[in-house]
Amino acid sequence: MTVTNQYAETLLPGRARAVRWPASAWLPAALVLVMVAVVLGAMIGPAGPTWWRVPLAMADRLPLVSVDSGVTDAEWNIIWQIRMPRVLLAGIVGSMLSIAGASYQGVFRNPLVDPYLLGAAAGAGLGATIVFTVARSATADWPVDPAPTVAFAAALMTVSVTYVVGAAFGGVKSGVTLVLAGVAVTSLVTAIQTFLLQRNSEVIREVYSWILGRLSTATWGDVRVVLPYVVASSAVLLMHRRHLDLLRVGDDEATTLGAPVARVRLVVVIAATLGTAAVVSVSGLIGFVGIVVPHLVRLIAGTSYRRLLPLSMAFGAAFLILADIPGRVLTNPAETPIGVVTAFLGAPFFIVLLRTRAVPR
Amino acid sequence: MSSIDVRGLSVRYGRTEVLHGFTDSLRSGEWLGLIGPNGAGKSSLLRAIVGIVPSAGEIDVDGSPLALRSRSRRAALVAYVPQEPLLPDDMTGAEYVMLGRSPYVSYFGSESRHDRAMVADVLERLELVGFADRRLGTLSGGERQRLVIARALATEAPILLLDEPTSALDIGHQQQALELVARLRHDHGLTVISAMHDLTLAGLYSDRLALLHEGSVVASGPAAEVLQADTLAEFYGVRVSVHHEPDGTVVVIPRREHLADDH
Repeated sequence: MTVTNQYAETLLPGRARAVRWPASAWLPAALVLVMVAVVLGAMIGPAGPTWWRVPLAMADRLPLVSVDSGVTDAEWNIIWQIRMPRVLLAGIVGSMLSIAGASYQGVFRNPLVDPYLLGAAAGAGLGATIVFTVARSATADWPVDPAPTVAFAAALMTVSVTYVVGAAFGGVKSGVTLVLAGVAVTSLVTAIQTFLLQRNSEVIREVYSWILGRLSTATWGDVRVVLPYVVASSAVLLMHRRHLDLLRVGDDEATTLGAPVARVRLVVVIAATLGTAAVVSVSGLIGFVGIVVPHLVRLIAGTSYRRLLPLSMAFGAAFLILADIPGRVLTNPAETPIGVVTAFLGAPFFIVLLRTRAVPR
Repeated sequence: MSSIDVRGLSVRYGRTEVLHGFTDSLRSGEWLGLIGPNGAGKSSLLRAIVGIVPSAGEIDVDGSPLALRSRSRRAALVAYVPQEPLLPDDMTGAEYVMLGRSPYVSYFGSESRHDRAMVADVLERLELVGFADRRLGTLSGGERQRLVIARALATEAPILLLDEPTSALDIGHQQQALELVARLRHDHGLTVISAMHDLTLAGLYSDRLALLHEGSVVASGPAAEVLQADTLAEFYGVRVSVHHEPDGTVVVIPRREHLADDH
């Protein structure tokens, strides 16, 4: 069998899509965007040094660079202890929600699925509500706030229930039953949460501000807690991106091509859920990132999961860091929750996507 | 170059058995045409062989049971072209054909230089190079069908199962697709099982025909034996005349009913 190098060349990754901006150029571009977002995020905030001094101060901290930025130690503390953890947490959360959303869309072959589909957000909300209603006064002087831990555990439990219910009726094979089980379990969990709130109306405000996204209180501790989960989860998802491309031809055809369809779906769902539950438990419910970012990437760089997953991580990080900025400035000093900003930006975008029917599968 | 033996293969959906103990044996390089009315069990038979519907019975490839081999080994032995393949609109032709190399890629691996060269070669042989960068959603039915066949060939499987490979195509593209399979069978010794609706084409390309009716084989053998007017009338409920060309081709011609007011 003769092999013609000329055609092998055209099939090398990056060459196959010559009509667009070369696919290989997108990842560096996305990473540059993330860097710009990080610097912007560190520059803008209600208190602290003059904005243009911040990049100088950051450059000054780099090895072998010495710049006189005129930023005092106290001001640098604001940048490093208050703004930086917040920016990084936004980046981590945005990238996790985006890659989880893209992965869910892949395994369920449904472009409208988001990472909260199987009940992760509802579970986390219920967990937080339980802490606030049942044990807030008792846990107020604990050294560690139990709300994120309980939210994380409740999120995982909720998704497990969804999976068990869905699998009992053949959901692992078709995916559709699993989605429906997610809808049912989510309503049940939300109903329990509503009931608890009704009974304890004095904490409604606290619970809602917890649920609606709390990047504003981010500390380095939050970053350290959530990072291992996100790294592990993203690594597993990235390792399955070839399988997600295979699933695009349907379960049956993927099976005849040798793919272990049920196992891929299970592993991807577990990894995406673990990461989602971890970020929800530290940041609350941040809507639309998991849908909008993957679709944006599909529109600009194509639908292959090999590019979609890494690009979604990068664009997701940049998107949430940037989306977090207006919230700090707009209603200073009382902040707009990040979940409100993303939904406010995300919902119109989503409507336009539906309107143009440009949602590729 | 592989032979395939199917013994007592049965398929049931719920309580309904749709295939009753199908048994046949194909030597290497043979082409078996499955014919029969809708719902006769042709597709179920093919789906059972590739393992996407549960079945009872035995399938041996080259004398050893297919069920004992690994998932990817099975995929590398038997390629399958479904009746209605699912083609993602936004995937390019090259990406799609590359999926056929999946059986050779390890779980966490990615396609090798050899896999890419193989895909380039298949595209070239099937004259599909121009579609390598085109998105599937922009292609015509005939072009898409050829890409599906290309994907099956990229698996390098010695056994090819085709479920109604030409039902969506016009007569020219039907012939083109079947000629392609015939040529590849000749060049590479592929063993082919195809389900087909067009009886004349089925007889023309297959070595043997098996007529299925309600899940059982009711006639089997060379086209001249199976394609008989009374047999077809009994199992298809059609009125046809069968014409034998001097070169051995069997032509099935539909006949109209004669209505009283026809003159």
